[in-house]
Amino acid sequence: MKANIVKEASMQRQKDMIAAHFELLARAHETGRKVVYTFVPGNLTELMLAFDTLPVHPEINALQAGMRKQSAGYIAEAERAGHSEDVCTYVKCDIGMMMKGNIGPTGQKLPEPDLLLLSYTGCFTFMKWFELLREQYECPVAMLHVPYQSTGRAEPAMIEYVVKQLRTEVIPKLEAVTGKAFDEDLLRTLLGNSVLAEDDLVHVLESAKHRPSPIDAYFGGVYYIGPLFTAFRGTPEAVEYYRMLREEVDARQAQGLGPITPEGPIDDERFRIVVEGPPNWTHFREFWKMFYDERAVIVASTYTKVGGVYDRGFRHDPERPLETLAEYCLGCYTNLDLATRVEMIVGYIEDYDADGFLINSIKSCNSFSAGQLVMLRAIEERTGRPGCFIETDLVDPRYFSASNIKNRLESYFQMLAQKQTGHEPVEAAS
Amino acid sequence: MGGPVMTKAELLARCEELYEDLDLTSVREWKEQNPGGRAVGYLPTYVPREILHAAGVLPVGILGAGEQLEIVRGDACFQSYICHLPRSVVELGLSGRLDVLDGMIFPSTCDVIRNLSGIWRILFPDKYTRYLDVPQNFAPEVGGAFYEVVLRELWSELCALSGREPDDEALRAAITLYDANRKLVRELYDLRAAEPWRAPASEAYLLLRAGMVLPVEEHTRVLAEYLALVREEERAMVDNARVLLTGAFCEQPPLTLIRTLERAGCDLIDDDFMPVLRWLGHDAGDALETDGDPVRVLAEAYLGDEQESACRFVPDGQPKGARLVETVRRRAAEGVVCAAPSFCDPALLERPMLQSALDEAGIAYTAFKYAENTGQMQPIREQAGTFADTIKLWGDE
Repeated sequence: MKANIVKEASMQRQKDMIAAHFELLARAHETGRKVVYTFVPGNLTELMLAFDTLPVHPEINALQAGMRKQSAGYIAEAERAGHSEDVCTYVKCDIGMMMKGNIGPTGQKLPEPDLLLLSYTGCFTFMKWFELLREQYECPVAMLHVPYQSTGRAEPAMIEYVVKQLRTEVIPKLEAVTGKAFDEDLLRTLLGNSVLAEDDLVHVLESAKHRPSPIDAYFGGVYYIGPLFTAFRGTPEAVEYYRMLREEVDARQAQGLGPITPEGPIDDERFRIVVEGPPNWTHFREFWKMFYDERAVIVASTYTKVGGVYDRGFRHDPERPLETLAEYCLGCYTNLDLATRVEMIVGYIEDYDADGFLINSIKSCNSFSAGQLVMLRAIEERTGRPGCFIETDLVDPRYFSASNIKNRLESYFQMLAQKQTGHEPVEAAS
Repeated sequence: MGGPVMTKAELLARCEELYEDLDLTSVREWKEQNPGGRAVGYLPTYVPREILHAAGVLPVGILGAGEQLEIVRGDACFQSYICHLPRSVVELGLSGRLDVLDGMIFPSTCDVIRNLSGIWRILFPDKYTRYLDVPQNFAPEVGGAFYEVVLRELWSELCALSGREPDDEALRAAITLYDANRKLVRELYDLRAAEPWRAPASEAYLLLRAGMVLPVEEHTRVLAEYLALVREEERAMVDNARVLLTGAFCEQPPLTLIRTLERAGCDLIDDDFMPVLRWLGHDAGDALETDGDPVRVLAEAYLGDEQESACRFVPDGQPKGARLVETVRRRAAEGVVCAAPSFCDPALLERPMLQSALDEAGIAYTAFKYAENTGQMQPIREQAGTFADTIKLWGDE
């Protein structure tokens, strides 16, 4: 691994975009722009932008708090207020943050919501989360119930149901809050921008099929999905960011370079891994280091599909603006049944020629975690590639046991090494 | 449970036998007596049992294995931090105890039960498995229209399983049968609230549990017999604290826990055990007189129901906990026991909102967690005893 660490231009670009967004949020009440809290899976960013609202994503704030080592305090605050230690730590982190003044990741106070846009996609907890926030903020909730794809298909009745809710619930509430009429042409324009960015994101993610992979599709991937999964999908800024990212990744691939890590690029890829499940945010760097120290590169991940499964062909369709939003919401990763999830991971292992796969079971997230051990066995049977199972949490540091996880991963990588060398003894992983 | 009229003790003993029978012997017997009949299991919290009945299918409520089964294979399917119910349901399935069932329905209660539908498809690929989405939008032309499609699909699939054709008359008859059942369930709850010593929760619970496995016609007879018996019976009035229990709508507490609460001085005068038995709080069949489409009647009964559940979105303008507070007042309860299963997202995320509503209303409450296999009752007995004493000593202040 090289010692010199170069920040690529796209990284700075994303940082600037986020900073500008939080600046807009900080001045929202001054400028009169309306603020809509919503979730990443099934987000209706283009629709929100068509009403000139500013999106806030509580789970992004929570993960940022986790990365900044603030989440433990926020969670403790929420638990002192009566929230159970058993439930989702994103929720408790958000509520604790609110109780402590709602200071966002940039150190600026986040504005209160004018509307809670509850896109109930792939996660039961979202519903309770916004019921809890509604009590605090006393603002309206626009509920968008997205049926679960239990058979791996978005049935016409499901699409129709979601579209009807967009017409009768979501759009009228956005109109009421903003005082603006729905502009379908503007929505089409924004959706057209989305398609361009989506194409480039897929190109970037699929670059990992190359050997060596120029990207890490999990630890790096969470940065790549940032603009498209949050406040920027549909914007010219997102289009530009993804074009820039694509060019950088293409250049790395052309030069045969590996992914960039906090300690420099990986030049000699040793293991290619697929990961199922979200990362742990409180020890993100430490967790990542356990992989890059072993020169293990994540070539595909399911977490980078929670805000849209674009690599299976979905693109927003500007010609069918509401239908396409419905199909998008229905198709987010955690809204897919277990068999489809198994199918996707098997596909990743084969298409990306992975040595194995890791499941990071998250204490907070039953949507992801319930059934992962059954998935593990099914994937191993289908692919013959070994799986590894670890347990951590999103933003509660009490559930990240570094030594246990490191031991488990070292044993796993050792086993992969033995397989690579035809079962010959190898040195224990460092 | 046909045949000669039973004494109350015999009736309860039979219900307890059904409660403890993890092999679903009564369902096997029903299938023997009804050749070609099908039985389909369902998980909490709500499924439209009328649809199953109309398709010639016996609905069988699967509520886990309680404290009676050692979990081995079920544990191998789940991570550390998850409620107990899915572990024991998988254990029941993998141990062959559910073989008598021709399928399973998993309603949209939470992410765990949702994903359990996927686990079931992987573990039991030859069995009929259905995830049932109920609407969270309650406008008839939006959520209602969607739910009608869901119900018609479900009906069609179940009819394919049983070899019948969907028949509106059969569904109308089923709605009427379940209305009659719900009416007696309501009477049982009303009696508990009026004279809790006459129909203690531990007895009522066994009667209700029988409704998970018995055909509805038989369960209705059981309820009627019990109500007739206890209304006539001389039973000493007990001056316990009148409390309402909330949070136990999915994974059930062990029967010993309910008995422990009673022994600690709490009369459970209302609860949310097995909400499927009284989800539709009104007679859905009334609408059959004006609407000829029984599927629409069933869908609109669901939409219009006033049930407050952690699994059901509460639209703007309907404060969370208002229904709980109203029930406390209507039932003249003196306090609330918030009893939720460990790691139950719906109940535990809901709890702070309910407690806030109780605080505002000045209603006393106590809270604890349990699992279906909770064995240590002493801490719960002490907590509940203290709560009951507090109500009795200072309840008027």
